Amino acid sequence: MSDVKPRVRIPKSAKKGEVVEIKSLIEHKMETGQRKGKDGNKIPRKIINRFECKFNGGLVFASDWHPAVSANPYLAFHFRAEESGEFEFKWIEDGGAEYTKKAKITVS
Amino acid sequence: MGINLSRYALFGLALALTAGVAANAVADEKKNWGAYQVEDRRSGYTYAAPETRAMQDDNFQNPGMLWAEIGEELWNKADGEAGKSCASCHKGPESMKGVAVSYPKYVAEKKNLENLEQRINRCRTDNMKAKEWKYESKELLGMTVFVRHQSLGMPMNVKVDGEAAPFFKKGEEFYNQRRGQLDMACKHCHEDFPGAQLRANVLSEGQGNGFPVYRLKWNGVGSLHRRFRGCNKQVRSSAYGYGSDEYLALELYVMWRGRGLPVETPAVRN
Amino acid sequence: MTETQLTLSRRQALKGVSAFALTLVAAGLLAPGAHADAAAVDAAIKKLVKGTPEDGKIKLDLPQIAENGNTVPVAFEVDSPMSKDDYVKTVHLFAEGNPSPEVASFHFTPQSGMARASTRMRMAGTQNVVVVAEMSNGKVYMAKQQVKVTIGGCGG
Repeated sequence: MSDVKPRVRIPKSAKKGEVVEIKSLIEHKMETGQRKGKDGNKIPRKIINRFECKFNGGLVFASDWHPAVSANPYLAFHFRAEESGEFEFKWIEDGGAEYTKKAKITVS
Repeated sequence: MGINLSRYALFGLALALTAGVAANAVADEKKNWGAYQVEDRRSGYTYAAPETRAMQDDNFQNPGMLWAEIGEELWNKADGEAGKSCASCHKGPESMKGVAVSYPKYVAEKKNLENLEQRINRCRTDNMKAKEWKYESKELLGMTVFVRHQSLGMPMNVKVDGEAAPFFKKGEEFYNQRRGQLDMACKHCHEDFPGAQLRANVLSEGQGNGFPVYRLKWNGVGSLHRRFRGCNKQVRSSAYGYGSDEYLALELYVMWRGRGLPVETPAVRN
Repeated sequence: MTETQLTLSRRQALKGVSAFALTLVAAGLLAPGAHADAAAVDAAIKKLVKGTPEDGKIKLDLPQIAENGNTVPVAFEVDSPMSKDDYVKTVHLFAEGNPSPEVASFHFTPQSGMARASTRMRMAGTQNVVVVAEMSNGKVYMAKQQVKVTIGGCGG
């Protein structure tokens, strides 16, 4: 099992203008490039270096990560809900692999 | 210092040991810990730093839940020659509610104890005709976490009499037996000194109710036997194997020590 | 310190010594290594941010003492109306005592509603955490807090 599983929690619905909290968590070792393996050689760096949150196609929040972000990175941030729509969350790994997750919110 | 090491110096050393970081929340004896305390027995939760407890309290923030999700996915996945999944026999995972509290338990056909990891693997080999999962594999940890998590909050209740009695006795002996170059038994930390500090760590009672547990040190989830191995190595003793008879007996004794404490899997610990 | 610890008997104290031996085992695990310092953080800030940081506007939420340097919870909030004309653009998180000072940068928009985020970071030891906020009007704010990272006595 090597597939990386992202998790996101957002409220299903919100009132117009309400600021909601978005929580995200992704399973990842965040290999720093500083550790040595059993053979004495450094284990190459492999981290998630960027997280993006788009809403209805537009970028609303992003974060750049360095190796000092803990394993299984957790990130919580906020969003002002003005209209219903769909979030797209994207985690980008060193080497270019991407992990995505979508979630909908209804604004009334 | 060595030459003049009087009894007072020894006392000073012990104090230094406990005073290391006085501000670090040395567990407050009088605090009401609710379900995390039963009589004089306290979950490792009560010895953890507030930030670590907060990480466990929020199901979403708890990184151990990533392993529960792995288990959830595997629950419905057919594997092996019989073409069955866990769900084929057990239906929904809610059927596992209450199951975890009685493990490890005596199994007549094995004439031995069996822990939950081994029970899951026996299901795989006997019923699913699938390969065993390795100890500490993502799959076995994930399924064990998932199954135990169904009993979240239920009191631990292992059987230690009848057929289990000799195994219980063996586990108790292991717990109290000095071992390793440091010549220490489990009890010397976890029975005599819970709440005191080992350098900057607060010693806990060594309870098993939160396992498999997400350890900050491990950056991941590990089994109780992995923790046993770590403890044994710390006192410079050789460690026993995963699923060994020695650790099965010890697991039974440790789970009995935590009788009544709630299942917290996946707990978050330092 | 609790009462129990103050009233250790001699016998318990002797037991304590054997426990102390354990700490020496753990001490051997601490390998010194290269790390950043305050100057490296300043250089990193200069590289990323125009203007001189002022105090204020930033609230930090960090433990005074972290149980384990692998996973230290960190949260911040920058005081801002988060409107189209006045919002927090980017917040940078630095650690003075890590192998390299950068930890993460957070890019906000007016749609964020509030300039608050929380995450978990690695800390190589006791050190200052530095947070720098760039506002849409070009102003820069900075806040700093020390976190003590305890040295484990029991590896396991």
